Amino acid sequence: MPHIEIRDVSLVYDTPVGRVTGLQNATFDIAQSEFLCIVGPSGCGKSTLLNIIAGFLAPTGGEIRIGGNAVSGHGMDRGIVFQDFGQLFPWRTALGNVAFGLEMKGVPKPEREQIALQQLQLVKLEKFVRAYPHHLSGGMQQRVAIARALAYNPAVLLMDEPFAALDALTRDDMQRLLADVWRKTAKTVIYVTHNVADAVFLADRVVVMTPHPGTVKTEVAVRLPRPRDPLSIEFLDYQKELLRHLGEQTRTA
Amino acid sequence: MNASADRIRSLRRAAVSLVIAAAVYEAFARSGAFPAALLPTLPAVAYRLYQMIVDGSMLWHTLFTLYRMLFGFALAIVLALPLGIAMGRYRPVERFVLPLASVLMPIPSLAWVPVFILWFGLGNTVAVLIVCYAAMFPLLLNAWSGVRSINQLWLRAAGAMGANEHALFWKVIIPGTSPFIITGLRQAFLRAWIAVVGAEMLAASEWGLGWVIYDAKEFLNADVMMASLAVIGATGFVFERVVFGSLERATVLRWGMMGVAKS
Repeated sequence: MPHIEIRDVSLVYDTPVGRVTGLQNATFDIAQSEFLCIVGPSGCGKSTLLNIIAGFLAPTGGEIRIGGNAVSGHGMDRGIVFQDFGQLFPWRTALGNVAFGLEMKGVPKPEREQIALQQLQLVKLEKFVRAYPHHLSGGMQQRVAIARALAYNPAVLLMDEPFAALDALTRDDMQRLLADVWRKTAKTVIYVTHNVADAVFLADRVVVMTPHPGTVKTEVAVRLPRPRDPLSIEFLDYQKELLRHLGEQTRTA
Repeated sequence: MNASADRIRSLRRAAVSLVIAAAVYEAFARSGAFPAALLPTLPAVAYRLYQMIVDGSMLWHTLFTLYRMLFGFALAIVLALPLGIAMGRYRPVERFVLPLASVLMPIPSLAWVPVFILWFGLGNTVAVLIVCYAAMFPLLLNAWSGVRSINQLWLRAAGAMGANEHALFWKVIIPGTSPFIITGLRQAFLRAWIAVVGAEMLAASEWGLGWVIYDAKEFLNADVMMASLAVIGATGFVFERVVFGSLERATVLRWGMMGVAKS
């Protein structure tokens, strides 16, 4: 049985210029511990879909099941990382941020601080435990956000373009770090991006989406050994394939 | 940048302007343009202040004023902060409270004093309520705009991590709106401090910095008036700098939620 089932998920919303279909009949499965990337140009509904999976938006049609149970609203079975560095709580230290979910669960302070510390070690920030977010770089803040989303041990990690606002070098480091974290934690990951290199580096499988209306166009399984070499011929071939799928849409649109 | 050198420089600048203002006043007082009884020299004021401190009367006046002030201020915080936050969170509350606030806010708090005296008689109650009235609106409006401008990602992230309404309020909304709340507290303090002195002039009996000024008028004790004014100014300044300044340093400045204020 797949870990997450997405069945005919649609979202139609009313705007002053009429009804707009943001997402139309998205259907796919995600296996346990699979790393799935959703790739598409802006406006294709990929972030909308992630927000529906996270439970922040209710779909107007279709259904999402996690572990066989229909999803309504957000829950602690899913951790989420946003693109914006501003997602961390500025009034809490790195440790305080990471411990937040455990605090909500009622885990006693010494225990949750110990777990938070382990999570910060996982993202290699153990030296910045007591730092406030505004003293950390963008990449470090995103690592804290990943640790925070993992700390209360959700089965699913949802990521909405988490590295899009980082510079290219930091981005490469973060990709390697995330691949490493994923290997160690065996979470089911759904990672939304418009960057095909991100997708080929990280994903077991890539779902390609196209806009107007937002639909799933195709799926591409990335069959490359890990750790992946972004300069290898095969890597570039996958990138070309994804770009071709995306490009066909741009021409016909 | 050397922070402590900056601090010394700004203190020196403040001292220079105070000394110049004092010198101008002193020259004026000694010029003989006004009778000395009406415009006492600074040494005379200082001596009176010293006497009032030594005999304990100034301390009691100040304590009474602070008591009314802090009581009314606390009442305003308890009433206005939750209400302002509720306005920002819930549309119906906003729709109900906003028109009331818009109508009541422009009424100067002191204009209520005669009405309150009719209702509550002379005494502490009137001053406390006037302080509360004066302090409420800055607190209310700042809390309201604070909640409206809170980063939605904090609410989402907290919700995803299982925060309930209670946790959301205390652990996200209150700290998340802290820059606005602190601004509100500062504005409210200033308005309330003005209001308490005014209310005491009209409604207090026997004690209070406002009352002592008003009482001194009967006996042409200009030196008592000036001494009390100095204490009012100094106490307000200490509160503004020490209390709110340290609150700000311990919270929003430490968290990087507000730039370092020019001092």
